[in-house]
Amino acid sequence: MNEIAIIIETVIKAVVVLAVVAGMAAFATFIERKVLAYMQRRLGPMNVGPHGILQLAADGIKLFTKEDIIPQNAVKPIFKIAPVIAPATAFTAMAAIPFFPEFTVFGYTVTPIISDINVGVLFIMGVASVGMYAPLLAGMSSTNKWALLGAARTVIALLSFEVVSGLALLAPLMLIGSLSLIDINDFQNGGFSSWLVWQQPLAFLLFAIAGFAETNRTPFDLIEYEAEIVSGYATDYSGMRWGLFFIGEYANMITVAFLVSIIFLGGYNPFWIIPGAIMILIKISAFIFLFLWVRAAWPHVRPDQMMWLCWKVLMPLALVNILITGIVLI
Amino acid sequence: MDSHFEKKFKDLYKIDENGIYILEQTFLKAAIKCLKEEDNFHFLADITAIDYYKYNKPMPSRFAVVYLLRDTEFKNLIKLKVFVEEEDGDLHVESISDLFFSANWAEREVWDQYGIKFLNHPNLKRVLNHKEFDGHPLRKDYPITKGQLCTKTDDLMDEMIPRLEQKGYKSHDDLMFLNLGPAHPASHGTIRTFVALDGENIISAVSEIGYLHRGFEKSCENHTYNQIIPYTDRLNYCSAILNNTAFAHTVEGMLNVTVPERAQFIRVIIGELSRIIDHLVCLAAGLVDMGALTNYWYLYNPREAVYDLLSKLTGARLTNSYMRIGGVAHDFYDGFENDLQDCIKSIEKGMGDALSLVEHNRIFHDRTQNIGVINAQDAINKGFTGPNLRASGVAYDLRKTNPYYFYESFDFDIAVGSVGDVYDRLMVRFEEIRQSIRIIKQAMKVLPGGEIVVNDRAISFPKKEDVYNNIEGLMNQFKLVYEGVKVPKGEFYRAIEAGNGELGFFIVSDGSGTPYKLKVRPPCFPAMSALPDLLEGGMVADSVLSLGSLNIVAGELDR
Repeated sequence: MNEIAIIIETVIKAVVVLAVVAGMAAFATFIERKVLAYMQRRLGPMNVGPHGILQLAADGIKLFTKEDIIPQNAVKPIFKIAPVIAPATAFTAMAAIPFFPEFTVFGYTVTPIISDINVGVLFIMGVASVGMYAPLLAGMSSTNKWALLGAARTVIALLSFEVVSGLALLAPLMLIGSLSLIDINDFQNGGFSSWLVWQQPLAFLLFAIAGFAETNRTPFDLIEYEAEIVSGYATDYSGMRWGLFFIGEYANMITVAFLVSIIFLGGYNPFWIIPGAIMILIKISAFIFLFLWVRAAWPHVRPDQMMWLCWKVLMPLALVNILITGIVLI
Repeated sequence: MDSHFEKKFKDLYKIDENGIYILEQTFLKAAIKCLKEEDNFHFLADITAIDYYKYNKPMPSRFAVVYLLRDTEFKNLIKLKVFVEEEDGDLHVESISDLFFSANWAEREVWDQYGIKFLNHPNLKRVLNHKEFDGHPLRKDYPITKGQLCTKTDDLMDEMIPRLEQKGYKSHDDLMFLNLGPAHPASHGTIRTFVALDGENIISAVSEIGYLHRGFEKSCENHTYNQIIPYTDRLNYCSAILNNTAFAHTVEGMLNVTVPERAQFIRVIIGELSRIIDHLVCLAAGLVDMGALTNYWYLYNPREAVYDLLSKLTGARLTNSYMRIGGVAHDFYDGFENDLQDCIKSIEKGMGDALSLVEHNRIFHDRTQNIGVINAQDAINKGFTGPNLRASGVAYDLRKTNPYYFYESFDFDIAVGSVGDVYDRLMVRFEEIRQSIRIIKQAMKVLPGGEIVVNDRAISFPKKEDVYNNIEGLMNQFKLVYEGVKVPKGEFYRAIEAGNGELGFFIVSDGSGTPYKLKVRPPCFPAMSALPDLLEGGMVADSVLSLGSLNIVAGELDR
């Protein structure tokens, strides 16, 4: 009886997470357009609905009804399956994220995490890195040179920065001694000063930079930058298949924002009089805003400069950070 | 002129009534070599040909080739001409592409348009017209209505393979060939660059132009002088006013008239405004190409403000057609000065905002510095002018070296770079916007009153009330519209400093109301021919910036 309840609860949670995060991802595109527009002294979408809020619906209808073109020479099964990988892995990764603190509904305690596995961080990083196959396979199956270049850029970017994000996380995990995100959150329940960012500022910085690279955000948005490689791996995609890549990308952004908030910025612990649930929403919103702000402010780097930054600057710094943390712990 | 050239070739040339040195074909190359090496004529402005088939004065032969050279101080211009005799059914001249890099494409264009062969040219093939095109369109016996359907794409391997062999690539199995353009998001018009890639490194590059070729020069030979003005708008469509001015200025030189002072000042003010928007387009597009999106709006909003002003003044936004031969179309409207001040304020604000985003940005520096470098000597040899040449450290600006329209009386500086990379080319343009604002402010202060068109019945249109109310006015209007402004016989070259550099017109008149021959010297054309050299050794991401920083405008490149 109990097991069935757990299964039902998990399924409900999964559906809710899928629906809410997909909605948030779509809404994030709207927010991105609006925020960028105001930073660039224009209005952004204005015509569909009040302040263009229904633009989302219009875009959705457009994506769903657009013709799905499959190039003649593409490797068809792979070309068709590749876009599914992006959102699939992005949402799977969210299984181990505790979105909110525990709450009680009708006397039933809900933990807003689909599965509290004891290697949560490892799981998220692992599943998220499988997401790399989406652009890689898409680019290689398209038989398009731009797509191929985009796929190559994706692999170098994501593979390299995974090393940095992994190493950056190692130091705080050494302090906490657990890979479960709930434990990590509870470790920081001592108020503002117990946030890990104060103990591990360098790790926070490195993880945030790697987060920009792994979610393909400016200044590392190289894998589909229009002016250089047309549309990268997505050049030959149209309609909803193209849209799936985007949903995956924005879902990844939300995952990274949650990870940074939970691991470094005190998670969903209440702060002053603000309850934890509101607190974490503020944190992820702020981090997503940072994504947008950077996009509006900076140009982006060249692939070789990105590699230089990764292997010659960030990775050594991450190693030094681990070393220092280790020495302090001993 | 007391030069080595004149001493050495004393009896071998004669100067015709247009001030052009006429040489025998056999001495041509030696003469140009002497001019380059001993008299410091290091800059080849242009090469063109004239077909005298229907000219109303007998000439020694049907075809002549004209060379325009400038010395290192850019003050003196020398024009050379050789008459080309037909030999065994073939026309040929010695190529000078080993002396001047810019001669390479210029000679290809002459071959393309006139069918004159250049001996020892490394790669004499068509440049503006399609490779399947039959005949030579600028010959007088080629009918203007004869269109041709060309279907095959040039794979450009005939140029690519020798370039790869030069670099030591015997086989190219490991390389990826890629077309950057003609329909690429960052190709700024329809420009095709064909590259051989190793990873993302560009091993070798070849460019192909002509996608926007619309036979501008042939059209000009079939229209009256005033009808050509709207065509010139479409050359460099980012700064149509400056093209109008360059053309009108040349025709006025042939007519030997000086436009009224007020018209000259109006040309300076609107021309500098035009230069500003030209630079704004280049900067905005260049910055967007490296992902700095916001700058696009910061720089395009003021451009939009200038366009509002121009449409209020000229009636058109992009293709203004504001100049007339002998003056300008309309005087400033009431309240122009306030609008102009608002424009300048918005330009200064937009530029300041954009600079504050990139000026001290490490990413911007890393992306632009030492990318697409061209040194001063190469830049001159390759025929660079304008901001692109000044970025390499050569202070050549026609407004300073050969002042026109009272430019000598304005206080402004020439912006020069030091390295000649993308960074310098962008920064020189930022600085030139500031200098243009200075010129506009000074010109507005001393703007004289008076007429805006020369008061000459043979040149300028009569007033509308005369046309409607008396027969003299009507006849005058009719003659000017129907026959065009009668320009005295002669061959004439004049240039102004346009947004991209030296924009010159070489016009041959047979005394009628339509030019017998007209050749534009577009500043983009030589710059584009040097693009492959700038790209090689860089990466795909750099190629976009190099192309953007040269500000190639397909309209004037392809004509």
